[in-house]
Amino acid sequence: MIAAAQPVSTAIADFLAELVGMPPNWFFSAIAMLLVATGVLMLVVTPVGLGGVYIERKFAGRMQNRRGPNRVGPYGLLQTLADGVKLLAKEDIIAPSTDAPLFRLAPYVVFIGAFTGFVVLPYAPGIVAGPLDVGVLLFLALIAFETIGIVMAGWSSNNKWSLLGGMREVAQVVSYELPLGIAAMCPVIAAGTMSLNGITDYQGGGGIFGWLILRNGYWAVVMVPAFLIFYVSGLAAAKRAPFDLPEAESELVAGFHTEYSGMRFGMFFLPEYALMLSISGVTSVLFLGGYHDPFGLSGPGGTFHDVWWWGLLWFFLKTTFLFLSQICLRWTLPRMRIDQVMYLCYKVLLPASLACLVGTAALRLL
Amino acid sequence: MTPDIKIDHDERAAPAIPRDVQTEEMIFNLGPQHPATHGVLRVVVRTDGEIVLGCQPLIGNLHRCAEKIIESLSYVQGLPYVDRMDYLGSLNNELGIALVVEKAAGIEVPKRGQYLRVITCEINRVISHLFSAGQFGLDMGAFTPFLYMFREREEGILLLNEITGGRLLYHYIRYGGVTRDAPEGWLGRVVKWCDVVDGHLDEYNNLLTYNRIFLNRTCGVALLQKDVCLKYAATGPILRGAGIKRDLRKDMPYSSYEDFDFEIPVGPFEHGVAGDSWNRHRQRLYEIEESLKIIRQACANLPDGDVGNRKVTRAWKAPPGEAYVATEAPRGELSFYFISDGGRKPYRMKARGPSFNNIAVLETEARGLMLADLIALIGSVDITLGEVDR
Repeated sequence: MIAAAQPVSTAIADFLAELVGMPPNWFFSAIAMLLVATGVLMLVVTPVGLGGVYIERKFAGRMQNRRGPNRVGPYGLLQTLADGVKLLAKEDIIAPSTDAPLFRLAPYVVFIGAFTGFVVLPYAPGIVAGPLDVGVLLFLALIAFETIGIVMAGWSSNNKWSLLGGMREVAQVVSYELPLGIAAMCPVIAAGTMSLNGITDYQGGGGIFGWLILRNGYWAVVMVPAFLIFYVSGLAAAKRAPFDLPEAESELVAGFHTEYSGMRFGMFFLPEYALMLSISGVTSVLFLGGYHDPFGLSGPGGTFHDVWWWGLLWFFLKTTFLFLSQICLRWTLPRMRIDQVMYLCYKVLLPASLACLVGTAALRLL
Repeated sequence: MTPDIKIDHDERAAPAIPRDVQTEEMIFNLGPQHPATHGVLRVVVRTDGEIVLGCQPLIGNLHRCAEKIIESLSYVQGLPYVDRMDYLGSLNNELGIALVVEKAAGIEVPKRGQYLRVITCEINRVISHLFSAGQFGLDMGAFTPFLYMFREREEGILLLNEITGGRLLYHYIRYGGVTRDAPEGWLGRVVKWCDVVDGHLDEYNNLLTYNRIFLNRTCGVALLQKDVCLKYAATGPILRGAGIKRDLRKDMPYSSYEDFDFEIPVGPFEHGVAGDSWNRHRQRLYEIEESLKIIRQACANLPDGDVGNRKVTRAWKAPPGEAYVATEAPRGELSFYFISDGGRKPYRMKARGPSFNNIAVLETEARGLMLADLIALIGSVDITLGEVDR
């Protein structure tokens, strides 16, 4: 994507410079980059969030003997958009007793934290916004960054329910970052790189037995547990059921976003889906071969080697599968209690993930 | 806003929780606008972090002077008013007030009328228990079982709608019988519905009751054991879930309940201990099975004849006297105490709603629970605020 964005922003900068009759300089480049960023946000990020919401509502409806949204647009496709317009039109209430600057800032922190994760994801051969060498690390850091926004929201609302929600978020997400990070280190050790592109490349060739989760068959011994740990911790980090304690409706009203209304609430609502999608994406890159198909056609020398649409298709399929499984879990399982969540983290997942890490290192040495 | 009530800080109230770190206490207002209070219950909770130190239910937000209104209306006008008390089991309320006036005035109810009362009341009990069980799942964060139970509940409501004309408040039972006979083919549809509900009970259990997370959340949580239930006169599924076999349909049969062959399910307490949230929830599902048995038998053996006598008219005067009748409503013992001075209105009509007594356990039994367990306690006790406040 960055490959496509750079010429576009240069062209816009040149065009703007020509328009005012000045030589192109940093000023026009900056404006052009802002325009491109806005365009990407509008064209890519918003549909991702809106699509996620639509899929969840439709899917939940099917699970519950309902039809789901079906009034606005064909198959209710425009329902989320209509809801967005409604949220924009709603009154923006900031209670006088809130800590107003923090209260205003919090949704943006959450929004940025959740949506920036898409930058490092390799969607297809050659399609990645930021091919960082430390992609895994950045992704884990962004999850922690989102937590800060939620704590800010919980604290600044000056509402006891929000405060409890914020505190639960800290306890939960900070704890689950440990097994999440350690489980993510297993593929990193196996592939020998922290770059998501590198990890994907490592899994190319050999089809489904090239994927880390089943690599050469015997890697499954450590990678299947690591995958499950990463998946469960990912659920907890994204605050999805059964770990939706920070916003537990029947206990904390709406948790950390109780006091938010209108689009400010929307700014908490959309990132949740973005985070689910990006965590699904990272899971599929780390364990399920990223954009590589299970038949080995996209590996070096395969029929579809370096064909972008073939890779995009498989990345999309895997991510959607993980995303839908998260939705299935949410609409099936009851909510856990905070002490049970902590128990699961520190007494089950953390030791298990450490064992996986040691096992991976041992297999790597063999 | 600081609540205007005093929460006791004395030694007696201090829960036996080891506290390593002394932290600031918080006062929460759980309700009246809160998703888990099942109406307009307000619970003032004093907590240390998430642990409840003290708890006081404040009731009365839905007080509508039901008893006084019944006393100021004629008999025919006053009867439907009890529907609004426990609005999830309105037919059971009607049955209670009808029985007490009939007992005081010596009105005979034809056998067919009695059986129709049993059928409709038991359908109402089943749909009320379906609602309660689903609502408890919702409190525990499981959304889908709630809607699955609503699917069968809706069918039951349609059946009641067909015979009574109402969906929630039925106004079906009258002094001396019921308003109308069963429509053509209705009994067959009721039996068919019973089979449908029976078939889906396993689904509810697999999805919710025996779910590992649900078991972890409810087993051994929010204990209301025998002594507590007796102390607070808690009745219904709470009492039976604690292991005491008491059901007025069996112990003091009324309205031909003695004709039917059914069990009072107590236990087996497969998981957790008797009197915890899980067993209260499981109790409701057991009771649905028994109610379905009663409905099937009543439909099969429905006698011929009138559905009611038309003795009580608008200007009817009850003979002087008094009566007390206790019935088993979905939420426990619903009883009425009735005094007539011979006039056209009841002199006194006192109702004893089970929810009112059941909610009283909150004040002492919530101590030491976590906030999430307090929700489990309120949800599994299952109150209707219309009945608490009347």
